[in-house]
Amino acid sequence: MDRRNFLSLAAVGGGAVFVSGLSGCANLGGMDKAANAANANFYFVQLSDIHWGYKGPDNPDAAVTLGKAVATVNALADQPDFIVFTGDLTHTTDDGLERRRRMAEFKRIVAALKVKDVRFMPGEHDASLDRGAAFMEHFGPTHYTFDHRGVHFVALDNVSDPGAKIGDEQLAWLEADLARLDKAAPIVVLTHRPLFDLAPKWDWATRDGAKALQILTPFQNVTVFYGHIHQEHHHMTGHIAHHSSKSLIFPLPAPGSQEKRTPVPWDAAMPYRGLGFREVDTDPRKATYAITELPVVRT
Amino acid sequence: MSALSRRSALKRLGIVLASAGTMALVAGSPRAQGQAGRIIEIEARRFRFTPNEIKIKRGEVVTLALRAVDFPHGFNLPDLSIRADLIPGQVVTVRIQAVQPGRFAFLCDNFCGEHHEEMSGTLIVDT
Repeated sequence: MDRRNFLSLAAVGGGAVFVSGLSGCANLGGMDKAANAANANFYFVQLSDIHWGYKGPDNPDAAVTLGKAVATVNALADQPDFIVFTGDLTHTTDDGLERRRRMAEFKRIVAALKVKDVRFMPGEHDASLDRGAAFMEHFGPTHYTFDHRGVHFVALDNVSDPGAKIGDEQLAWLEADLARLDKAAPIVVLTHRPLFDLAPKWDWATRDGAKALQILTPFQNVTVFYGHIHQEHHHMTGHIAHHSSKSLIFPLPAPGSQEKRTPVPWDAAMPYRGLGFREVDTDPRKATYAITELPVVRT
Repeated sequence: MSALSRRSALKRLGIVLASAGTMALVAGSPRAQGQAGRIIEIEARRFRFTPNEIKIKRGEVVTLALRAVDFPHGFNLPDLSIRADLIPGQVVTVRIQAVQPGRFAFLCDNFCGEHHEEMSGTLIVDT
């Protein structure tokens, strides 16, 4: 049994698996056998909202949570093809030196990951106060693309502008990047904030996210993975699926469910409840993404 | 005073009117167009609006006079489709007339630091 079949069975059996994509509908350009080999199934891991440097009652174990998550990822029986961190690697600070110290510590801890293909993205805590300067020093560009086994990945930056905007320049870059793709190409967008108006009264939106979605809409197989809201959430805008990830610091309440977006209090009886990361099992030929949520610590 | 000269006078006083798009609210009442109503001054300072609870009566026209003192904060009242950038040293005015009772959240939507997420308030519209 391969990993894909196992996940399908897990879904039938009630496992924490969410399958996204228009299975069976994708026509990815008439791939031949060689292309099929190059486009074989794979999986990646998404971690998000680590907030390294946070000190507070909502996670008294903040100094060790990231290290435990790294150990859990390293203990996975099959290692992922790559790992992506979708922002808020560090907790914000006004002190530029402290920000850089936190980023350096974060890098040192995640250097222990067995998988060395690791992609980093900024969150507003990393990048909004200096427009991404410290982030770029430590992790490289704040927006970029890469291709993996036939899937086109686009990392969009909607945080370096403190007003939660992608900006016209980056939107033009996105449009130019996608222009060369077949309309049926499998596209995964990685971002920090939701691209749609999930809960504007909690700042859970991207001010010009609608423009990005307008650019993406002509493409038939687009899926978005993001962070920011510290919980698993699934939403469709037209045919585009959006999946937010849990955090590694503290959970937040369901979107708009209460007046203030105060963190869910730490439960000493159930440490790390509501925290975690995910595997995304990808079938490039069908443009489907099976999501398996995993806890910080596996017993 | 013509609209142009009034705008110039306000500019000399450091007062900036939010654009028509951001202050057209709730009301939609042509009668409200020429009225400033009660003026409510609001200070935006990391990480708090003062006051952060604004009470108005249903149908009342009020003008919010927003002043940022330490950062280019944002003011966003999404339920009423109002937002404005607050430039330190300038007063941004937003006229509102609420046509329905309720509690409407407003927030700073320009990330301003560690406690940015706590910088919010509530517009309470009573019957």
